[in-house]
Amino acid sequence: MTSGLIFACAGVVLFAMGTAGVVLLDHLLRRILAFNLMGSGAFLVLIGLAQRDGMPDPVPQAMVLTGIVVAVAATALALALARRLFALTGGYGLPQSEAKDGND
Amino acid sequence: MTDPLPWLILLPLLWATGAFLLGPARGARLALAGTAVQLWLAFALAAKVSSAGTALHHPVGGWGAPLGIDLAADGLAALLLILTQFVALPLFLYARAYFAGKSPAFWPLAGFLLAGMNALFLSADLFNLYVTLELVGLAAVGLVAMGGGAQQLAAALRYLFATLVGSGLYLLGVALIYGVFGTVSITALTPLVTADAPPAVWFAAGLMLAGLMAKTALFPFHYWLPPAHGGAPAPVSALLSALVVKASFYLILRLWLHPFAPLTQVAAWLPALLGGAAILWGSWQAIRAERLKELVAWSTVAQLGYLFLIFPLLGADRLALHAGGMQVVAHGLAKAAMFAAVGVLIQVTGRDAVADVAGVAARLPVTLFAFGLAGITLMGLPPSGGFLAKWMLIDAALLRGRWDMVVVILAGGLLAAVYVFRVLRQAFLLPSSGERRRVERRPVATLEWTAFALAAASVLVGLRGMEILRLLEAGT
Repeated sequence: MTSGLIFACAGVVLFAMGTAGVVLLDHLLRRILAFNLMGSGAFLVLIGLAQRDGMPDPVPQAMVLTGIVVAVAATALALALARRLFALTGGYGLPQSEAKDGND
Repeated sequence: MTDPLPWLILLPLLWATGAFLLGPARGARLALAGTAVQLWLAFALAAKVSSAGTALHHPVGGWGAPLGIDLAADGLAALLLILTQFVALPLFLYARAYFAGKSPAFWPLAGFLLAGMNALFLSADLFNLYVTLELVGLAAVGLVAMGGGAQQLAAALRYLFATLVGSGLYLLGVALIYGVFGTVSITALTPLVTADAPPAVWFAAGLMLAGLMAKTALFPFHYWLPPAHGGAPAPVSALLSALVVKASFYLILRLWLHPFAPLTQVAAWLPALLGGAAILWGSWQAIRAERLKELVAWSTVAQLGYLFLIFPLLGADRLALHAGGMQVVAHGLAKAAMFAAVGVLIQVTGRDAVADVAGVAARLPVTLFAFGLAGITLMGLPPSGGFLAKWMLIDAALLRGRWDMVVVILAGGLLAAVYVFRVLRQAFLLPSSGERRRVERRPVATLEWTAFALAAASVLVGLRGMEILRLLEAGT
């Protein structure tokens, strides 16, 4: 197993943990952090797999930079919304009044 | 402005920034002018694509693929570009009258949304598509949160997490594809992906399609759509329901037709099964909904189901592809009209419950007529675009002996009639005496007539079906 493949496998594990966190956790801050974990996992796969003959490939590095910018923007938006929700409701969970399956 | 491709992305970015600086009053005028130019550009692009018969390319900044970024437009992209600008223009007129200068956030966000959507339709590589997906998602979440109430913020956050997981799955797929093939260009990938591809490619294709289905609100992933679309202000709901969900569907169709065609044959029944479930469950919830906007939002879940029925029917006769294209156009126009009409009903009666529309038939004939016309398209009655789409879909299903699908399509039409007539029946009832005494606002003519224009377009588009199908054929 090459080092690149180890990074990629670690990336997939991180991604799976992050996805589970975003879907299953209740606390908004934890979900936002989990989303960042998910993104980091995908970036690790991108960097880890893309090594041709031991030489790093510059294209995925550019992609990861772009991806980081997107992730930062999404995190900022999520934090702003979560703060506003906290100011209105005083809690860091999503109100359950509108049930997920629509049977409200 | 010789080449319309880059300007379709640059113009909305420019007017969005301008609207942010100038404030809502002058920003709205700027947005309307910009969108009108974009509509003209989209038509010019469609004319070019259909006369060339192949896809058009534009190397951004003079650096084409594989080093730089290529923009590409074929018939399918041109059709969606026209639809987007065509629906956005009347909706912006509507929004200007609806918000009356009190919405500093709407115009910049709407501009960024349109820029993201146009860029998505024109992108030719998987990673660029990821960036545009995120642009569309973030702008749309901003629009949902615009109202600022706790309910709307919760809906926006739920939508944000759904869209982030969706695009995260897509990104992981892109990473695996790049790891295997060393390229993300759709044209370069098409010959490389074959049925004996390594398992990583199958996994990647599954991840990408699943992520995009979550973003399109296909049946088990639809939970975020009704609160987000039902809770936003009416012009925003119309934009989201008519256009934004179509962006990720467009991407599914694009991937399905081109790079992943050898892989997807085995699982084509799965999206159709989920689509069928979406039609039945969405319609059932629309029939049970108590609030008007919730009813229309659940109807979106149902109508999106039709789009996924086409996948097992795609074949050499292209009937299913045509049905899908027609359904995208017809539903886009009809759903924009329906949300616009419902927005007028809510503004005038001051309430959001289906029961409260009693008696509006006499006072808001134009709005109610618009609602009814949009309903005709959703039910699929001739000569509407919805009729043409469902007719071709049934035709394609019969050709392959899929009677089960025909039953679902017809049942969906009947259920749509039930929820449309539920509102219409209520509108013709006499209001109770207490209701009649309530002071009501007079309707704004612009709101009524833009809703009507969109509804009329959704019915009349059936008469221009040939042009639309011919455009779909160009280079797709």
